[in-house]
Amino acid sequence: MSHLSARPENPVVGEALPHESAVLHVTGRALYTDDLHPRTKDVLHAWPVQSPHAHARVTQLEVCAAYEIPGVVRVLTAGDVPGVNDSGTKNDEPLFPDEVCFVGQAVCWVLGETLEAARLGAAEVRVDYEPLRSIVTIADAIKADSYQGATRTVRRGNAMSALARAAHTFTGEITFAGQEHFYLETHASLATVGDDGRVFVQSSTQHPTETQEIVAHVLGVGAHEVTVQCLRMGGGFGGKEEQPHGFAAVAALGATLTGRPVRVRLNRTQDLTMTGKRHGFHAAWRVGFDHDGHLVALQTTLTSDGGWSLDLSEPVLARALCHVDNAYWIPDVEIVGRVARTHKTSQTAFRGFGGPQGMLVTEDIIGRCAPLLGIEPHELRRRNFYTDGQTTPYGQVVHQTERLVRAWDQVTSTAELERRRGALAGFNAAHEHVKRGLAITPVKFGISFNFTAMNQGGALVHVYRDGTVLINHGGTEMGQGLHTKMLQVAATALGVPLSRVRLAPTRTDKVPNTSATAASAGADLNGGAIKDACEQILARLRPVAAERMEVPVEDVRFEGGEVRAGERSMPWAELVHTAYLSRVQLFAAGYYRTEGIHWDPEIMHGTPFKYFAYGVAAAEVEVDGFTGAYRTRRVDIVHDVGDSLSPLVDIGQIEGGFVQGAGWLTLEDLRWDESDDPERRGRLTTQSASTYKLPSLSEMPEELNVALLERAHEEGVVYGSKAVGEPPLMLAFSVREALRQACAAFGPTGHSVVLDSPATPEAVFWALDEARRAYRPAVPEPTELGHPVQVTQV
Amino acid sequence: MVSIRLTVDNVERTAEVEPRTLLVHALREQLGKVGTVVGCDTSNCGACTVLLDGESVKSCSVLAVQADGSTVDTVQGLAQPDGTLHPIQQAFHEHHGLQCGYCTPGMLMRAVCLLSENPTPTEEEVRHGMEGNMCRCTGYQGIVDAVMAASQAMSDSYGANQSSIAEPAGVAS
Repeated sequence: MSHLSARPENPVVGEALPHESAVLHVTGRALYTDDLHPRTKDVLHAWPVQSPHAHARVTQLEVCAAYEIPGVVRVLTAGDVPGVNDSGTKNDEPLFPDEVCFVGQAVCWVLGETLEAARLGAAEVRVDYEPLRSIVTIADAIKADSYQGATRTVRRGNAMSALARAAHTFTGEITFAGQEHFYLETHASLATVGDDGRVFVQSSTQHPTETQEIVAHVLGVGAHEVTVQCLRMGGGFGGKEEQPHGFAAVAALGATLTGRPVRVRLNRTQDLTMTGKRHGFHAAWRVGFDHDGHLVALQTTLTSDGGWSLDLSEPVLARALCHVDNAYWIPDVEIVGRVARTHKTSQTAFRGFGGPQGMLVTEDIIGRCAPLLGIEPHELRRRNFYTDGQTTPYGQVVHQTERLVRAWDQVTSTAELERRRGALAGFNAAHEHVKRGLAITPVKFGISFNFTAMNQGGALVHVYRDGTVLINHGGTEMGQGLHTKMLQVAATALGVPLSRVRLAPTRTDKVPNTSATAASAGADLNGGAIKDACEQILARLRPVAAERMEVPVEDVRFEGGEVRAGERSMPWAELVHTAYLSRVQLFAAGYYRTEGIHWDPEIMHGTPFKYFAYGVAAAEVEVDGFTGAYRTRRVDIVHDVGDSLSPLVDIGQIEGGFVQGAGWLTLEDLRWDESDDPERRGRLTTQSASTYKLPSLSEMPEELNVALLERAHEEGVVYGSKAVGEPPLMLAFSVREALRQACAAFGPTGHSVVLDSPATPEAVFWALDEARRAYRPAVPEPTELGHPVQVTQV
Repeated sequence: MVSIRLTVDNVERTAEVEPRTLLVHALREQLGKVGTVVGCDTSNCGACTVLLDGESVKSCSVLAVQADGSTVDTVQGLAQPDGTLHPIQQAFHEHHGLQCGYCTPGMLMRAVCLLSENPTPTEEEVRHGMEGNMCRCTGYQGIVDAVMAASQAMSDSYGANQSSIAEPAGVAS
């Protein structure tokens, strides 16, 4: 067992603890960024002037009239930017644009004594536009050859010749939707300027370091002039990884120009119309199977809808290409990926970061081809699992596949799938207008940032003279329980009770050059760094203890707030105090970097992931044949989190991830106006929770059973754990596939169900209606196996 | 501007508000009650739920002037003055009925109202009674568990109180 993964006796990690801020949450004392402004004096409020056009040139910007409004203090425009007028890292996202590229884009910002003054002032700003041709749909972008960034290909073997040799080949297409984050706390920043001109920005950001860098480049100052702090976020889900920077920069610019605190807080409509979402994709594919249903080849082209600027679209696409295989061995593969440029919000990170989109393609293929092959979908999936030692299409060796098999078998037996399949067949035979479907799907998800450099973490651990401990690390808290886990790691590493350890908010002046809290990697990276810092301190304390207790250094152990060696012991606090008097350094900066990973983004080859997280889910649904309305009757999940650092937190992540995934795949239906009406084209038409359907209590599975995979120690990761943030989202494919099977039950055996994503009740209705019509085919059914069969998209 | 007088978390307060000011904005920006948060602006998410004269309301859909003369209870007044948590707070804390915590104030206030109307709801009734409140993190399982646990704890303590009242004086230990 590695030093990093080994646990001492009686560790605090592994205890099922409530969220570290739970008492603050339930008493209303927990502060979010926008809770700070009522306690800050002389705050100015910001309001954006938003573009009504999907694409237009700004021909004139006249701000004078805004100043006629009482309370308007300043209008911020491009001319005010002393540094770089860009809110991103790729120089393609002007903060104050002269060409607007989506409806809702901010042209300039008005600062007022009150939010109302700023709003009224913004309404007085006159902007003249020259409308330009716009591209709204992904199909139009493909037609117009409108792309951005690099086209990438993952290739192994020769997919074309393998397809030519395959016993069965099928082709198809799918276009599937993105997803709005709908973190309940909208974007917020509050900037103040210190006596020496340095800027302090409190921001709801998953990536304080990058927020700091963008603020610095907008202001034209060094990073050391800017400090960014994130107290906590009311949800992030990837939506606050790249998107907060511009809002923080507006607040910071306003604060430096006026000398007053500036608050930028988006209302919900602004948040929905201005910030990026999960990428929707289009995929065209051609797949080959052998006589036994083994995948032999896949050729697919994925086009993601990047929106108006690159943002994180390239790394999202890379992760999508690296997850098309999901849990399946496909010998000959060619996966091409490209990013479409459309006139919409700049699509961005969202839990799974392209992984779910890549996996959807193959799960959709299997779901559509299984009936054509005459093989049960669960059997077809299981038959194609990786075995240890096989490699992914991008060259990484796959390990721990027995975990996937164990999880699959455990779900199969504890959820009694065989018995229920029989019962379900009986139910479906007995009910003409209501059908049930039961599906089981696997998840294999790579952990680490594809971009190798981001796989590093930092921490700062202080031990005070009274023996209490304050930790700080580079990760941010958005509800995922990272801080809870980090407290447990520190208490375990130092051998002190949890009550001795406190955690301070994430700040760029405490731990610099941090990676985004993203890619599920927060606990791996920052936990490794905290453990490192704690061990540096213990290494300095050990000789002090040995001398004091007159024992060999190697006998000294730290446990439960005591320092022990054989029969002897002394209190931790006493040792700390002694060490201070002996002039021993009681604080340390910790550092961790993930070993053994490498990645060549040009040829899309390497070992980008430290390990894979595995999970399996089975879902049963019931569909109404008259309306397409459905309910999820039962879900069973077994998920691999390694040796859990914090089981309550991990189970919460699994349940929440699953429901969020089910939202993406079945409910959440982002719509943009695709009409040619210049007043409406490109508008997000689902711009509030009243039109964008989020999972509510009503859609909860009637029964949800979640188990952590046992015997799951992870070598070489902090205290044997595995990352948990993103992988469970993809367990929700089980719901989509169960819906497909329920739809299929309305039709004849062998009917391949094409199901839109999201599979809203309406989409489900059309799919089951198509299945019913298959009893009376207009043309002879092309089901003779062995010949290419066209699987067409509705 | 209109002057309103209301009792917020057991303290009499006054505020000068515009007739169109929403209760949630008066609470947050004039009365300093930032424990009550704004989520969706459209009365869908319930993050801003408070009790108005004992009934749960979404405070983004009530005008501050409508609360004139009323009692408003927010999450910040739920615990005892000595800090002892209300059973619903205790239950959300223990059952991981929260993650980012942003929906929690509204969830708690809705749950308080639900349990006052129906002290021993079934799980089905909890799901139905709480469905106007959204959580983007938890998947709701922990929330339902927490409300069920709070119901149990509250009826246990009510039962205990009842039985101690029923005990003859001097016998209760």
